[in-house]
Amino acid sequence: MAASEGGEPLLSAKSKKVFTDPFSENNPITIQVLGICSALAVTAQLKPSLVMGLAVMAVVAGSNVVISTLRTLIPNKVRIIVEMVVVASLVILVDQVLKAYAFDVSKQLSVFVGLIITNCIVLGRLEAFAMGNKPLPSLLDGLGNGLGYAWVLAIVGGCRELLGSGSILGFSLPENVYTIGYVNNGLMVLAPGAFVLLGLLIWVQRTLSKYVED
Amino acid sequence: MARHSNGYTVLFISAIAVICSLLLSTAATALRERQQFNIALDIKKNILKSFDVLPKDTNEVESFYRDNVVGIVVNARGKRVDVDIGAVDPEAEGKKANVDEQLYPVYVLRENDVDVAYSIPIIGKGLWSTLYGYLSLESDLNTVRGITFYKHGETPGLGAEIEAAWFQENFKGKKILDAAGNLVSVSVVKGQATDKHTGSALSHYVDGISGATITSRGVTEMLKRDLTKYEAYFATIRPKSGK
Repeated sequence: MAASEGGEPLLSAKSKKVFTDPFSENNPITIQVLGICSALAVTAQLKPSLVMGLAVMAVVAGSNVVISTLRTLIPNKVRIIVEMVVVASLVILVDQVLKAYAFDVSKQLSVFVGLIITNCIVLGRLEAFAMGNKPLPSLLDGLGNGLGYAWVLAIVGGCRELLGSGSILGFSLPENVYTIGYVNNGLMVLAPGAFVLLGLLIWVQRTLSKYVED
Repeated sequence: MARHSNGYTVLFISAIAVICSLLLSTAATALRERQQFNIALDIKKNILKSFDVLPKDTNEVESFYRDNVVGIVVNARGKRVDVDIGAVDPEAEGKKANVDEQLYPVYVLRENDVDVAYSIPIIGKGLWSTLYGYLSLESDLNTVRGITFYKHGETPGLGAEIEAAWFQENFKGKKILDAAGNLVSVSVVKGQATDKHTGSALSHYVDGISGATITSRGVTEMLKRDLTKYEAYFATIRPKSGK
């Protein structure tokens, strides 16, 4: 985990890998299977999924930078507590901003914004990366993992809204697809629908990246 | 001070705690006004939605509401009281043990200085959560003009269907009074209303949501209870011919 301890350029091969790895080969959801709870809960529609993805991205990146900056100052025995305080503060901040500027979405996400505090991805990145790396690579790692989480949510949310409610971002399918016999799939609106989709995604992703469980 | 000493740890934690709480309280204070505006706007939107007059453009909600809706407060005996409607929380009022102390907000839709519809908050338990909504009645105080639910935690696809247009549409035109003028409210049946009731009785029943019997029952109960609370007031302003 001692990536980029030297003064290398911003997008050297190494830092690029730090940023892009979580998209596929080391995706927090499909490979590490973290953050599943929120991925199941908020993905009934595309818009809340996108906002949730952005919120997690902001929190992972922000807390990664803060913890990485403080990493030489944090007393080891209270390390986790300090990490939790920083994460919790950022999450409440995000929640407050959503309530002020995206009220309708914040109503849909309800408690799940607050639950980002307990999202394993956040604490996982702090422990695994930010505690041992400089702020800049930590920022990239945070953004990368946030994006890795966000695209999975976007795909699941998009599929669920399209198949379950027959709309995308609130815009309904044209009426004539129903007249030729198309029916909304009620399973997709419920959590089991998300489970099935997520399982399929994990399968595809792992086949493509030739991941083998050890 | 050594990084491993207890003194350093305590100092460090205190500093982090102070910085974080300062940051959060600043953010909360700075954003409070906007958040409260959003909450108030959301309530107005839902009241207008129950009247079925919600403007398409969100920016018009505020001015439309100000021009067309008047809030009044009544007590359990049906008398108007001089209280600011903004200070009345329907949920807290419903919990007051002494019914005589309860206050009920009524939102009146005015068109050209004529009261054309009335909207009341409805609150009750579903399966998992408390359901919050508004029910509006036409000026005869008998015909349902519209219903809306704006907050609940029911199962998506099942109980959460109370938010769906098809469910809410069914309420439109239903009657809350029977032929003799007694309050019977509107009930949600299990299955199709037309399978269970015929003739004039049909005007008191709407189709249920399959797979959401308990949510449906909750809606029935909250309507009955909340309409009963307001009946004392509604009886005083109900036009006599509109039996």
